[in-house]
Amino acid sequence: MLLIRCPYCGERPEVEFHCGGEAHIARPETPTETSDADWAGFLYYRTNPRGVHAERWVHNHGCGRWFNALRDTVSDRFVTTYEMGTPRPEAGSDVTRA
Amino acid sequence: MNQPFRLAAGGRVDRSRPLTVTFNGRKLSGYRGDTIASMLLASGSHLAGRSFKYHRPRGILSHGSDEPSALLSVDWRADRGPGYRDPNNRATVVEAREGLVAKTQNHWPSLETDVGAVNDLLSPIFVAGFYYKTFMWPRKFWDKVYEPVIRRAAGLGEAPEVPDSDRYANRHAHCDVLVVGAGPAGLSAALAASADGSKRVILADEGFELGGSLLNDATSTIEGKPAMAWVEETLAALDARENVVVLPRTTVFGYYNHNHVAMVERVADHRDAAPESLARERLWQVRAGEVILAAGSHERPLVFENNDRPGIMLADSVRAFINRYAVLPGKEIVVATSGASAYRAALDAKAAGMGVTLVDIRLEQDCGAELADARAAGITVKTGHTVIKSLGTKRVTGLVVAPLGNGGQIGDKTTLACDCVGMSGGWTPSVHLFSQSRGKLAFDAELDAFLPGQSAQAERSAGACHGVYDLAAVIADGAKAGGGSVTVEATPSYTGFQPVRVLPTDADPSRVKAFIDFQNDVTAKDIKLAVREGFQSIEHVKRYTTTGMATDQGKTSNMNALGLVAGTLGRELPAVGTTTFRPPYTPVTFGALVGPARDDLFDPVRKTAIDPWAEKNGAVFEPVGLWRRARYFPKDGEDMRAAVARETKAVRTSVGIFDASTLGKIEIVGPDAAEFMNRIYTNAWTKLKPGRCRYGLMLREDGFVYDDGVVARLAEDRFHVTTTTGGAPRVLAHMEDYLQTEWPDLDVFLTSITEQWAVIALQGPNARKLLEPFVTDVDFSDDVFPHMSVTSGFVCGVPCRLFRVSFTGEQGFEINVPADYAESVWKTLYEAGQKYDIVPYGTETMHVLRCEVGFIIVGQETDGTATPDDLGLSGLVSKVKPDFVGKRSLTRPDMVASGRKQLVGLLTKNSDEVLDEGAQIVDDPAQPIPMKMLGHVTSSYASSNCGRSIAMAMLADGRSRIGETVWVTTPQGFTEATISNAVFYDVKGETADA
Ligand SMILES: [Zn+2]
Repeated sequence: MLLIRCPYCGERPEVEFHCGGEAHIARPETPTETSDADWAGFLYYRTNPRGVHAERWVHNHGCGRWFNALRDTVSDRFVTTYEMGTPRPEAGSDVTRA
Repeated sequence: MNQPFRLAAGGRVDRSRPLTVTFNGRKLSGYRGDTIASMLLASGSHLAGRSFKYHRPRGILSHGSDEPSALLSVDWRADRGPGYRDPNNRATVVEAREGLVAKTQNHWPSLETDVGAVNDLLSPIFVAGFYYKTFMWPRKFWDKVYEPVIRRAAGLGEAPEVPDSDRYANRHAHCDVLVVGAGPAGLSAALAASADGSKRVILADEGFELGGSLLNDATSTIEGKPAMAWVEETLAALDARENVVVLPRTTVFGYYNHNHVAMVERVADHRDAAPESLARERLWQVRAGEVILAAGSHERPLVFENNDRPGIMLADSVRAFINRYAVLPGKEIVVATSGASAYRAALDAKAAGMGVTLVDIRLEQDCGAELADARAAGITVKTGHTVIKSLGTKRVTGLVVAPLGNGGQIGDKTTLACDCVGMSGGWTPSVHLFSQSRGKLAFDAELDAFLPGQSAQAERSAGACHGVYDLAAVIADGAKAGGGSVTVEATPSYTGFQPVRVLPTDADPSRVKAFIDFQNDVTAKDIKLAVREGFQSIEHVKRYTTTGMATDQGKTSNMNALGLVAGTLGRELPAVGTTTFRPPYTPVTFGALVGPARDDLFDPVRKTAIDPWAEKNGAVFEPVGLWRRARYFPKDGEDMRAAVARETKAVRTSVGIFDASTLGKIEIVGPDAAEFMNRIYTNAWTKLKPGRCRYGLMLREDGFVYDDGVVARLAEDRFHVTTTTGGAPRVLAHMEDYLQTEWPDLDVFLTSITEQWAVIALQGPNARKLLEPFVTDVDFSDDVFPHMSVTSGFVCGVPCRLFRVSFTGEQGFEINVPADYAESVWKTLYEAGQKYDIVPYGTETMHVLRCEVGFIIVGQETDGTATPDDLGLSGLVSKVKPDFVGKRSLTRPDMVASGRKQLVGLLTKNSDEVLDEGAQIVDDPAQPIPMKMLGHVTSSYASSNCGRSIAMAMLADGRSRIGETVWVTTPQGFTEATISNAVFYDVKGETADA
């Protein structure tokens, strides 16, 4: 079971969390002015990389807060976690845990 | 008590504590400190089971958890009744206790006479891949012939017939260092790691005595003292340290992410007087800063014809039985080996009084100091010899050996009479846990073994599992892994060996059974056949032959199998690769994994405050989400249809009472509450006045209906939202997600109030008359408190939120009271309702009533692909709001295209016929298959109020087809139905929409 560092609570076991898919997908400011293709991209298209992936997680059996994480999809290693609204850190920097 | 093969003195058994166990109905005698295996050997017998496929008699191969052959069904507490037996216990690790009842497995009618042994003679049909080859055709043979055969043969032992009667515990723990294995490496590691008193150390070992390989060693010394004296001193030092927890009888079986390690501790099985309240086993989940693996190694069997006969065991196991248990495994032993370590076994057997001959595959010049030591002790050593085969069936009676010439030719054969063979094909480091940790294995050609290579986690290996075999080096390696440094003087170990795969023989290899995997009955010939048939990857050979796939996970067999595949392919061993080791290291009981989460605690049932009343009053319940809800309240002899007909009638003619407490309820509070509601729901909320309610519809961002429910505005900045029963948690999560991640600027708080407010629904023309006398501080007049409004007050003196709403089409009230008061309010209203013939009704009646008036249920009419328009609910979608969740998706091309399924009613031609929910709808039942399916039935009931059956359906372009006829599938074929509006009952009173 993974240990995940909630930015607000510290390290907690994986079972306390829920993953909410890819992070940094901005909801268009004015959806009605967004083209069908762009809206479909926002709704359905995701990157699914092999390697470091920015994800949304929520500490739903803890503080209940959403945050972002960089996770390596190959090793399952959490590179770092960071607060919602802050930009994606450089991959590999600010390592939470080896 | 008869223990003819027990030595008069010595060993680690406690002779002051004699005991007996029952083995296949007869008594075995022994002592505390014995295993069932050592007691069986003390009685003079090796016969401990029949093999899986060929039903060959099998003995005891090893002395530890790697035992593949001696598997027992053990009843641990036969005196307490059934439910304490489990199969596949390895006789070599079952700690003997007075009263254990053990049985061997895989034979009928008895161990000595097994009818299935005929399989041994039919063995040509049981070759590699026989399941795949034999059971493919003819197809009709499957049910009658193959399946019963496979079912009888598949799996080892017999599953228990009754539920496990034992209790199991679990525990979570944290430590800085977890040491796995308490042999010389592990003890040394734990001592070093715990020197810093601030470090929490856990030392776990699967054995009931700690010391690992040193328990079997009567001759080695450490610092001039017997090795076990060093063990005892080290354990005493660890015991004296408060930062150390020592756990015997605790198997580390799983190594997961981030040093999350699972172990099972056997708590009660060995105790004579264990209170029934004591858990049998405890599952430990440990999060360790570092893990030190000191798991030792497994000895490899030699591969020769009939190497599985009872009496043939691993050489180091011979040593274990003699030194630790003071039991002779026979009178005349041949020790056959390709390495030095087995010489210790030969020397110990000789010292214990056995007749000993040593057969070494190695040439004279390849042997070390061990050769001279053996000869000096008077042991005949035949170097440069191979083993052709063993003699005997239920017990080995001799070993046929022959010298190997320079070109590998077989010389003159000699038969060595014996009743015991100790064999050694070298050692395999136990890298199971390292491999589970996702570490990379590296092949060491000199040791002919895979060793831990690159680590994936904070872990280190030490001792034999690290490829270090010499005793002094093992202790140094352990200390180093523990962060220390130590140098000890110890007896040099006999190390060094020459890898052999299958021993050279002049016999026709296709006629020889030389076993690689004893538990799954896989022979060398099977593996060669698999390779000949084109299997090259070890993962494929493994699955095709089933080698290494039994409950022992091939601990004794993996390297022989790998080596044989590599040799047959003419490749280097690492090129063939190794199989993946997976948890559990040894079999774990389901009880330990499940722990207390069984029976009522497996999936706890949510019950409402009114549930006890419903149970007392004969409700039939149904599960809804995690809740159990009253479905209907049958009166004597009524079936569901009759009860529901009576309940639905009563609601429309007088009054019914319904427990709606499971409705999800969320309070949305804050200065921006209305703005938040505008963004989350399709409806417009700004103009809704405090004290008024509105039916709200919620979409996902993709435009499909997500949930619905009545929303009350309690104040400018406060909404009381209701959700479907099953939807409450995900709706709250959905709202929280948007609030936190998309609109963090909104000043709003969301609180679940589902559990806090119980809801009593009164529905029917007499609802107001019944309720009004019990309510204070509320004006019931229609202009002050009309349909779709909410107010606060007191009911029966209890504070309440009173909703005037209806999910039945009748005049209705939903009385929200604090859950603790709900049952008493319910009882008061029910008593008072007797003068109106009040009827309690359940979810089935509620479903029928709402369907009669055309209300949908999200999750029943919708399946995650329905838009508001599909459901005929476009009137609830605000045209003026610039944005809300899902709005943009509603104009995507496919969402507005024709041909979408739309909500309609269906009226069967035969008004008594009730359609199946989920039934498909077609235009022409005579069309060829596959038919064009136009939609499906979503709800269907017999309606006493309508005097006929009614159904809702989602049908392609359904709203433009009203009045037309379609055909609906039935179990018998098709039935005709007319498309109608999805409203079936004309209510004169209240209406649903605000
Ligand atoms: Zn948290």
